[in-house]
Amino acid sequence: MPAFGSYSLLLSLALSVYCFVVGALALLRPRTPRADRLGETARRAGMGIFLALSCAMLALIAACFQNDFSVAYIFHHSNRDLSPAYKFSVLWSGQEGSLLFWAWLLSAYGLVLRWRHKVDTRLVAYAGVIVAAVQVFFTLLINLAANPFAMMVGDLPADGNGLNPLLQYPEMVIHPPMLYLGYVGFTIPFAFALGALIMKYPGEKWIHITRRWTMVTWLFLSCGISLGAHWAYSVLGWGGYWGWDPVENASFMPWLTGTAFLHSVMMQEKRGMMKMWNMWLIFATFLLAVFGTFLTRSGVVSSVHAFAQSSIGPWFSTFLALIFATCMFFFVRNRKHLESENKLESLVSRESSFLFNNLVLLGACFAVLWGTLFPVLSEWVQGTKITVGPPFFNRVMTPITLFLLLLTAVGPLLAWRSTSWESVKRNFTIPAVLAIAVAVLLIALGWKPWQEMSQFYSMMAIALSVLVAATVGSEFLRGARVIAEKTGSNLLAAMVQLTRRNTRRYGGYIVHVGIVIMIIGFAGQAFNTDTEKELGQGDSMSIRGYTLVLDSYTQDDNPNYGSESAIVNVFQGGKKIDTLFPERRFFKASQQTATIVANRSTLKEDLYLVYAGKSETDRPILKAHVNPLVMWVWIGIWVLIAGTGIALVPNAAPLAVRQPSRAQAAAVEVGD
Amino acid sequence: MKRLVHCLLLAAFCALLLGADFDKRFNDLGHKMMCKCGCNQVLLECNHVGCSYSERMRDELTTALQRGDSDDLVLQAFVQKYGATVLAAPTTTGFNRVAWIMPFAALGLGIFAVVYVVRLWKARQPATITSAAAAVELDEYRQRARQETEL
Repeated sequence: MPAFGSYSLLLSLALSVYCFVVGALALLRPRTPRADRLGETARRAGMGIFLALSCAMLALIAACFQNDFSVAYIFHHSNRDLSPAYKFSVLWSGQEGSLLFWAWLLSAYGLVLRWRHKVDTRLVAYAGVIVAAVQVFFTLLINLAANPFAMMVGDLPADGNGLNPLLQYPEMVIHPPMLYLGYVGFTIPFAFALGALIMKYPGEKWIHITRRWTMVTWLFLSCGISLGAHWAYSVLGWGGYWGWDPVENASFMPWLTGTAFLHSVMMQEKRGMMKMWNMWLIFATFLLAVFGTFLTRSGVVSSVHAFAQSSIGPWFSTFLALIFATCMFFFVRNRKHLESENKLESLVSRESSFLFNNLVLLGACFAVLWGTLFPVLSEWVQGTKITVGPPFFNRVMTPITLFLLLLTAVGPLLAWRSTSWESVKRNFTIPAVLAIAVAVLLIALGWKPWQEMSQFYSMMAIALSVLVAATVGSEFLRGARVIAEKTGSNLLAAMVQLTRRNTRRYGGYIVHVGIVIMIIGFAGQAFNTDTEKELGQGDSMSIRGYTLVLDSYTQDDNPNYGSESAIVNVFQGGKKIDTLFPERRFFKASQQTATIVANRSTLKEDLYLVYAGKSETDRPILKAHVNPLVMWVWIGIWVLIAGTGIALVPNAAPLAVRQPSRAQAAAVEVGD
Repeated sequence: MKRLVHCLLLAAFCALLLGADFDKRFNDLGHKMMCKCGCNQVLLECNHVGCSYSERMRDELTTALQRGDSDDLVLQAFVQKYGATVLAAPTTTGFNRVAWIMPFAALGLGIFAVVYVVRLWKARQPATITSAAAAVELDEYRQRARQETEL
């Protein structure tokens, strides 16, 4: 099986090189039937890469299921008693496997791209060649620098080292694929953008072609990041879901630039503006996706995700330099093609709100990048390494996020080209009054924003979230009223019709609502509290109105791990409301422990229990956290997913109007 | 007797205040430092079994606070013992100041540039629209803007 896998890898490299070289040659030649045939062979070779890499991937999975510890990767990341579901996740648990997985996903995206080549054959051919160039890099990497089929030297071990315990959790089976689908997926819009630039593709058609690719990719990345946050909350046991670790930052940066791109392409579509900006945004997004991999794989920065220093850093830095040089070369050569058809006319307009929104998103991306790389810079300048951890990111990112929220609230109120201040004031008054009222209510409820900065930021976040929700709500209402008036339907039905008529716009608004719900959840962090205590049987501890009584603790054992669980009864106001089972597992193969958190989640707060082990007197140590509003974060993510899903659905047909006098109008034109 | 009760009440109140202050300071300082076991986590958030540092460091923090050391002194002592990487965020002195300033400076510069460019473009545009074609174009835009914003 390893030999089959190795040959498949070699074949994938050969096909990638063929697809790139021959595809490029076919494009460079004048268009003749012979050049077209040559290009067709390249296209088919590109589809063949998917088959070759699928074979390699299946070979690695088969080796894992066969417990073939002659393969070093399987020895290091699996063991005999690992459950079947996690044997699949071995594929992305280590460096070599995850790079193979990356290459396979890219080939899968490439397959879809080449299959759907009839949209615009020439542009797709360019994009296909660029995808093939990226594929060459990854197949080279897995053949030469990080081969997943490298063999063990010396005696064959009886069992493997086992999968990292932190990865033996259900979400870990889907979180990395989601994240990788997001990372890798940005290759496609990047390839279309670069292809369009190289061939001086007229108009904005490439943006229309790549819109769904970009949105689906962005959705995958959003889901990947969210699943990672939920996994961290459920497994790491420190009571938080985001720790500003370099690996987390690496996934967040392309998300920020991708979000900026999704907003600013609307400017190009509608007004033929920001063409250069968009081009560089998608270049930056792709570069950041690759840079993220470089950051976490090279050992340049230390990470809690424990990816060891490896030899692939120089490969990635060379690749990054090559991509940047290529982008720069074609940008300088063809930049006239990207000149705007229109210019911004007013600071108070929809265009400028998009531009400022882009700026703030890029500012946030820069702050994350800066904080992640500052330890390296500090060591270079001062000779001493320092840490840039959560306190830095929280203090820098919070005001930036609040500013972004304000722009998100104001943006929908502005008209294209120019808006009068009077119109802004008129539309802004009610949402602003609502937001101020919420802030006053929070103070009345006991928040003291003047005492602590964290409480001030939390209050601002909630007030601004209300502002955004109110402006979005007023947009929906305004549109729905018009529809209800013209069709005679009720307001709710009119809102559904309105959304169906312009899925992109109103789906986008729903995404904004999802984001503000998440931000309300983040705001709860200012009121997190925790306590820790050794508990004997029948002992109790209290935290913010909850009384926790240890009923007993129990042990269990299976071939893969042994576990200890505490059985904790939860009382509130003297009444038993729940029983929680925080657990600690000891994995035999890797000789490592992992936490399984017990969580009682409500809209108001989470009661989060961690079994932190046993004390010297053999009594369980329990750590309890009360984390307000965390459920809002997860609800916000679902709303975001729903909004993106709606935005991906094509618009419904125009509505037929009810009034006979208007019958000739045939349809109601709504939205953009 | 009355005076004694007052004194006891005052002492109890002070003890409560001190206790609250102690917990808050412990929490604040514990979140300003990293655990040195290599887990890359904030001191009070490092929770893995067998950590050879977190418990010891928390005890040291408790001792320093009980001794009455100021926050600066506590942090300084930890830096001396464990190195600069024990601090979870860069200090606001020397070159480290750049870490804090740079993100906001970049953002401010970007906003300034956008405002400047828009004003420049606006200033270069003709004050009035004279041609009929331009007027028609403007009407189209008005119509579109109405569709997009007013419905």
